[in-house]
Amino acid sequence: MKTLSRVYVALILIFLYAPVAVMVLFSFNSGGSVWVFEGFSLDWYKGLATNTAMLEALKHTLIIAVLSALISTVMGTAASVGILALRKRVSRSAVMSITNIPMMNADIVTGISLMLLFVFIGNMFALKESLGFFTVLAAHITFNLPYVILSVMPRLRATDMSLHEAALDLGCTPVKSFFKVVLPSISTSIFTGAIMAFTLSLDDFVISYFTCGHYQTLPIVIYNMTKKTVAPDVYALSTIIFLCVFVLLILYNTLQSKADSRRGFNV
Amino acid sequence: MFKKILCITLGVMLTISLCGCGYEHFDINLESEYTEFAKEKGLVGTELNVYNWGEYISDGSEGCMDVNREFERLTGIKVNYTTFESNETMYSQLKNGGVSYDIVIPSDYMIARLISEDMLSKIDTSSLSNYKYIDKKYKGLFFDKKEQYTVPYNVGMVGIIYNSALIGEPQHSWNALWDEKYRNMSLNFNNPRDGFMTAQKLLGYSVNSTNKDEWNAACEKMKQGKDVLQSYVMDEIYGKLETGEAAIGPYYAGDYLVMLDVNPDLRFFYPKEGTNIFIDSVCIPKCVKNYDAALAYINFLLEPDIALANAEYIGYASPHTAVVNNPDYCYYQNEILYPKDEDMPDVEYYHDLPEDVRMHYENLWLDLKLY
Amino acid sequence: MNKKSFGSRLVAAPYIVWSAIFIVVPLIIMVYFAFTNDAGSFTLSNFAQIGKFKKAFGLSILYAVIATIITLLLSYPMAYYMTKFKIGHQRMIMMLIMLPMWMNFLIRTYSWITILANTGLINKFLSFLGIGPLQLINTPGAVILGMVYDFIPYMILPIYTAMSKIDNSLLEAASDLGSDSWSRIRRVIMPLSLPGVISGITMVFVPSVSTFYISQKLGGNKTLLIGDAIEYLFNTGPQYYNVASTLSLILMVLILISTLIMNKFGDDEEVVI
Repeated sequence: MKTLSRVYVALILIFLYAPVAVMVLFSFNSGGSVWVFEGFSLDWYKGLATNTAMLEALKHTLIIAVLSALISTVMGTAASVGILALRKRVSRSAVMSITNIPMMNADIVTGISLMLLFVFIGNMFALKESLGFFTVLAAHITFNLPYVILSVMPRLRATDMSLHEAALDLGCTPVKSFFKVVLPSISTSIFTGAIMAFTLSLDDFVISYFTCGHYQTLPIVIYNMTKKTVAPDVYALSTIIFLCVFVLLILYNTLQSKADSRRGFNV
Repeated sequence: MFKKILCITLGVMLTISLCGCGYEHFDINLESEYTEFAKEKGLVGTELNVYNWGEYISDGSEGCMDVNREFERLTGIKVNYTTFESNETMYSQLKNGGVSYDIVIPSDYMIARLISEDMLSKIDTSSLSNYKYIDKKYKGLFFDKKEQYTVPYNVGMVGIIYNSALIGEPQHSWNALWDEKYRNMSLNFNNPRDGFMTAQKLLGYSVNSTNKDEWNAACEKMKQGKDVLQSYVMDEIYGKLETGEAAIGPYYAGDYLVMLDVNPDLRFFYPKEGTNIFIDSVCIPKCVKNYDAALAYINFLLEPDIALANAEYIGYASPHTAVVNNPDYCYYQNEILYPKDEDMPDVEYYHDLPEDVRMHYENLWLDLKLY
Repeated sequence: MNKKSFGSRLVAAPYIVWSAIFIVVPLIIMVYFAFTNDAGSFTLSNFAQIGKFKKAFGLSILYAVIATIITLLLSYPMAYYMTKFKIGHQRMIMMLIMLPMWMNFLIRTYSWITILANTGLINKFLSFLGIGPLQLINTPGAVILGMVYDFIPYMILPIYTAMSKIDNSLLEAASDLGSDSWSRIRRVIMPLSLPGVISGITMVFVPSVSTFYISQKLGGNKTLLIGDAIEYLFNTGPQYYNVASTLSLILMVLILISTLIMNKFGDDEEVVI
């Protein structure tokens, strides 16, 4: 049983990492192809430094991911507080159903409907250009919001409101009580929501494809590159990103297990 | 003002011999002229949105010149360069109004359509000092008779590329793409106009037929051949033919020459039934936001050594006299790009067709893909 | 409380305005496009054209169903076996599953071409063994493989989350009452992990049925899935926006129905994320 489970898990992981391994391998190719491995070289990594199109796209991706994660986290947390305070069950479930739409819907439908909206607004104001930075940002905020809300709201609901009420009774203003009492107890889920939003935004291709205009993010540039012959430089960039995430995750993991073991001793 | 640059540079240019296909360093004498123009018009720091075919400009890879970079360096104008893979995609982007472009480089029939829908801005060619380099036979063609909207960029013809090491020598006919022998080894175009052209020529129809039955027949022919094909491709054909993943497929002659550098087993022919000839031209769309910079860019593309770098990188036939007549041009008198009159295949341009025919073939293409 | 809650209700206002503008209005515009023609007058003719897309819809659903089933069959044992590892190792495996998701899926999908191509790694290996080249790329199998590969983490993670929440004492009680390991799985683990399975199925099915990149790269561009058809129409010109909106609308309704059906199976339990 034990060996079987290990072998199985290993097989699935091999399946998950096979294309990643191919990507890493070919990023060191001395030839210009991602089909034939000619020899080892670091040329594609060196070339990245001067590849302005790709670096710019990376910059765009990061800007959009950070901004959309921040805005959607703030707005989503506020929304969670507000939605829970809605008195009528009907209005609460109406808001929640709408919140679920971008999460349940296919990306292509979300992307197209947003594009139709932006172009419609653009035509209304006779703009020469209706898609760009603001539209892709708005789109990303829109699809991030449900994930933030669904991460924050359950935690908020489970939070003991008596502490909050006690604070109010002791003369705290509601705002102050929120920041001093409620927020600390839901901070983990806010953080989780923010990380989820950041990740989703970073990886989004379909919705950006329909809404980004000239403000091309990395997935869009990569998509255009895979329409012709892909050079190993894309692989080199992906390998670097992969390593960064890998290091961050290891770091997070170690910190987490340390925290776990500390908690373990305390109990 | 561009005329001045011309006089200075022309002499210099002709004396500098440009080595082979691709050179390490590039020295421009136009520095002051373009720089001054940009300063004078207050263009420094502005952006220029260029929308071009994929693999269609010398981009700095493998030691060749990076044309957009050079332009940025000289003028201080930032070039946002994006690419499309078919005229139809370009049209859709332009028409929808989501994105604005300052330069687009579509083909002849699409230009005619853009003009008829009032989507292009006029270009005063007399303000372009380098316009005179354009070969007369490519000026004032059917899609822009009065030379008001376009500046020719490249000329090309469609032919069939095959891997002689894998399949020997096929018959010189479009029929090769239907041949059962090459099952799963053959490719065809992934856009309606070029795709249907292969069937229309085989069936002996005009590519500009307004007879819907002929289009239907062409579509039927394509459906018959669909099972044999490996896939419908555009620029993916590079990787597929270079590595031997596929063995035969139609594409633009210039691209063959580029692929040949990578895989010497590749061969090329123009099918005996005749083929398509096209001209891709530089245009300024109506949604232009930086008109002066667009004009400077067009003139820059026509600078003899820029045009040469592009012609050598792209591999298409050039309408630029200073390139074609330059003995150091690596495709100088190349028999595929510039066939002699007696070797010239039977060619036909695409024309813009009436809307109902256009919608008909666009829907047929969808039928074919859905089939 | 009522007095106090007024203030906090107000903080949802920006979100409610935002979702009205960016979720509700776009869908209304899409519905408007679906029921009008190029000139903007009401018509049902877009729906009359849908027959043409029968095959695309059929294939999309078929491929997505197959991909979802395969993903489920692969993921369920995976999630089960994961819970058998030490907690520290479990977290490590979780991390390894999530790690590729931070890399662009376009690139990961593209890498499969290098593996599956006629001149690719598998076929090179086979020809080394003297076995003729197999047609792997440009087949329905390759498209389904791409779907399974890209979306399998969305299946493993919710199932694993549901399973790891199962109280160990329940299992112990079951063994004390004399059930063997198989009936423990069937009677205890399966029902309790169902919510995870339900949300996993939705999270794999929805992106699979609407994809347009995977089929283009791994399927050879020969057959259109519904996502490809929508993308083609949008890229051919605004005159096709109406039909494309109609297709999107139908796709949305299809997804809505399948989500509702799945949630019925889940006994109205809240979907696990």
